[in-house]
Amino acid sequence: MRFFIAMRIKINGEDREMDNGLTLTALLELLQIRPGRVVVERNRDIVPRDTYSATLINDGDTLEIVHFVGGG
Amino acid sequence: MEDFFELAGQKFRSRLIVGTGKYKDFAETKKAIEVSGAEIVTVAVRRVNITDPNKENLLDYLDPKKYTILPNTAGCYNADDAVRTCRLAREAGVGKLVKLEVIGDDRTLFPDVPATLDAAKILVKEGFIVLPYITDDPITAKKLEDIGCAAVMPLAAPIGSGLGIRNPYNIRIILEHAKVPVIVDAGVGTASDAAVAMEMGCAGVLMNTAIASAKDPILMAEAMRQGVEAGRKAYLAGRIPKKLYATASSPLDGMVS
Repeated sequence: MRFFIAMRIKINGEDREMDNGLTLTALLELLQIRPGRVVVERNRDIVPRDTYSATLINDGDTLEIVHFVGGG
Repeated sequence: MEDFFELAGQKFRSRLIVGTGKYKDFAETKKAIEVSGAEIVTVAVRRVNITDPNKENLLDYLDPKKYTILPNTAGCYNADDAVRTCRLAREAGVGKLVKLEVIGDDRTLFPDVPATLDAAKILVKEGFIVLPYITDDPITAKKLEDIGCAAVMPLAAPIGSGLGIRNPYNIRIILEHAKVPVIVDAGVGTASDAAVAMEMGCAGVLMNTAIASAKDPILMAEAMRQGVEAGRKAYLAGRIPKKLYATASSPLDGMVS
């Protein structure tokens, strides 16, 4: 039985279904991503790290979660 | 003798800047960078793999307290994407330094110069310390310096080509006019290429493939460190002029007859 209504969001180009009322902190936890090593862009706007816990993910949001990789 | 490489008010001992791509694993990356003596390392900004996010992170191996992280905009083909990438990189909290590259074509990986100029203008205005990758063109170098870039980084040859400095005369002209550090970026193949750049008076050399794709990357990292150091010392020492004919090294006086 589901208590929350599902929402559709796009993360790094992939469609995902998530429960409503999710904060960015909770989403990263769900995805097992360490917040200290990534930068998140929501609908083209960078989300400052200190606002993750106050950032509510909305239905239809497009998220980019990036980090540093090897490069020249 | 103390010889520092100064970049945007910061002092570095090493004049070798190294990339972190193409290594077999992070352990090899870490070891090669340690051996290279580099203090500035380039990194790329990419999407986290959300289906397998628990992989190790590059920064677990490269302590940002120990190394100056230089995020690049590799893979960006227009100014907007390059600016967006730099903004993302800055949010990661590793500083304001960025290696700006706006690629014009995937076969040569030569820069799109007008787009590079556009992106540089925006980034400088936003307070970034911009190090642009450019063709070996003195006019472009001058324009980027005027925009407020902290250095200019002409290529020696195409990225990953290992051809060494293809047009030393252009690099010389850039060096003569530049008031910001000139860093040869891309195209270095082996230690002598790095030494040549330094002997000419370049402030530094940036490379990745030449080390990471060598048969023994760790040994090549050491060779590059020594090549850059040797070239720098030779530049400071002042080489003798080239002459067509011989000049005897031993005295002519006191010969037995």
